[in-house]
Amino acid sequence: MRFLLERDTWQEVFDSLGKNKLRTALTMVGVWWGILLLIVLLGSARGIENSFNRLFGSFATNSVFVWAQSTSKPFKGFQEGRQVQLKITDAKKIEDNVEGIEFVVPRNRNQALVIHDFLSGNFSVSGDYPLLDQVQKKKMIQGRFINQTDIDENRKVVAISEEIYKQLFEKDAEMIGEYIQLNGMNFKIVGMFETGGNMGPSDDMNIPFTTFQQIYNMGGNIGWMMITGKPEYDISQIEADAKLILRNLNKVHPEDNRAFGSFNLGKEFEKITGFLTGMQFLTWFVGIATLFAGVFAIGNILLITVRERTKEIGVRRALGATPFEIKRQVVLEAVFITLIAGLIGIITGGLILMLVDSLFGQGPEAVLVNASVSISIVFIALTILIVLGTLIGLIPAFKATSIKPIDALREE
Amino acid sequence: MLKINKLHKSYPIGDSSLHVLKGIDLSVEEGEMVAIMGSSGSGKSTLLNIIGMLDEADEGEYILDNVPIKDLTEKKAAIYRNKFLGFIFQSFNLINYKNALDNVALPLYYQGLKRKERIETALFHLEKVGLKDWAHHLPKELSGGQKQRVAIARALAANPKLLLADEPTGALDTKTSHEIMAFIQSLNDEGKTILMVTHEEDIASMCKRIVRLKDGVIMEDAFVEQVRASEYV
Repeated sequence: MRFLLERDTWQEVFDSLGKNKLRTALTMVGVWWGILLLIVLLGSARGIENSFNRLFGSFATNSVFVWAQSTSKPFKGFQEGRQVQLKITDAKKIEDNVEGIEFVVPRNRNQALVIHDFLSGNFSVSGDYPLLDQVQKKKMIQGRFINQTDIDENRKVVAISEEIYKQLFEKDAEMIGEYIQLNGMNFKIVGMFETGGNMGPSDDMNIPFTTFQQIYNMGGNIGWMMITGKPEYDISQIEADAKLILRNLNKVHPEDNRAFGSFNLGKEFEKITGFLTGMQFLTWFVGIATLFAGVFAIGNILLITVRERTKEIGVRRALGATPFEIKRQVVLEAVFITLIAGLIGIITGGLILMLVDSLFGQGPEAVLVNASVSISIVFIALTILIVLGTLIGLIPAFKATSIKPIDALREE
Repeated sequence: MLKINKLHKSYPIGDSSLHVLKGIDLSVEEGEMVAIMGSSGSGKSTLLNIIGMLDEADEGEYILDNVPIKDLTEKKAAIYRNKFLGFIFQSFNLINYKNALDNVALPLYYQGLKRKERIETALFHLEKVGLKDWAHHLPKELSGGQKQRVAIARALAANPKLLLADEPTGALDTKTSHEIMAFIQSLNDEGKTILMVTHEEDIASMCKRIVRLKDGVIMEDAFVEQVRASEYV
């Protein structure tokens, strides 16, 4: 491989490529376009994936929400249309009896009039366990979320969203340790979290579950529950098992599909992941196919070039160039054009991604978040280029030496 | 220096074959200047190609500088050509996008010499053909005679044992032809062995020996009184 380091080898490449600059440049367009497409598409696909991940980011994705509705079938003496009520004991039973459960988080929600100093507003208030943080990640800006002591002691504490803080407090006012009035009761603020993402119902305020049960007289009733499965378990199966237990516990017909509603986050997430995988596959397919077309164009042009240079190659061979030296030169030219075109493609692709990022990638509503390609993809692309360039270069290379020097030199 | 025994060569043409060389015997000593003459189809170019290892004989023996030339692979032929032979073509065959210096240095590149040595040697030979000042000019900037002189410098660069010239003056006017011939003669005076194919009597008469071919056999092989080309210049 020492010849690669020699100035003359490259001089020969530059000489023969520089002979027809326009043609060389046009030849490079194909590969340039292919790699540009690959980089921009992959980068954009990554951007979309990132933005989906941000949407789902705060949720454990293998989760299902379950709530109670009214029955659709009479069962054990009950008329159809009976309103079913979920109980905290139901949550406990599910946690104990369904295989593959990570957590079951019972939740309650209501509306409350919230007052701070002279500002007030109507907001939703949720009664929650600290476990909620595991299922639906709370990004705390200040302070803390509800903890176990709050639950145990039925404390009147509240974690508020940034949105509420903005509506009820002066700009930059201190709020940890401050009190706000919820339906006339004073609650101490223990923390502030980022206002929820775009997926699922977002919370305005969280108070300890036990406190909620007390002030709204809920007893053992709960509004809905969030069930999270262990990663290795199928969340759809868990959903079915949990509903079966619920029907059993609440004296609902085993085939009554209306009594319990649910939203399977895992399934939704799978759909989107599937879509993203499909998109990525398509991107690679399109990119590589375009790249192939580009590389074939290079091979084609080199074949023409080689034919035009038949006489020159004949002269070189008469002067003592071995067939290997001729082939090596042609292959090197092919790889060189491919690689340079590819590098320009990667650079322009990167610039376009930077442009896309600055146009569409800013702010919380961005469609493409951090649209980029990793270094490893760049290396894969370059490797593909070198391999394809070499392979395609072999065709004109063999063509170049298939003509005997005597035929190449024959005077017309 | 060069010895050929009972050389045969035929080319297939469709189903039949054309017998081009029908048993050629030729031996050339060092320092000779031989013209091979004959009408077209006489086999003179085929003979030169075989001597130049661009083609291989079907039968017979070819010994060059005590090395039997047989069973040539493309690679072996390329190495022998580089080592033993210098080619001068009718149409010069310079590489048009390389300047005179790089053209002359090309055989040295294939010999694997370092760039600095190549440039030195190439410049030396360009000076010898009187074109040192034209070293960095492209072939299209040179006249026909200058091109042929560059080509001669290139043929000399690798210091070959034998110079093969295929109608070296075929593309040149009379005056330039004589200049080129004078130069080739001076090379021969220095001891280079030269073999050229020509169909022009006056050019052949500037060699020391004329071999006449007809229909693939040697009709006549005679040493002649050399006409000095410098008389015409």
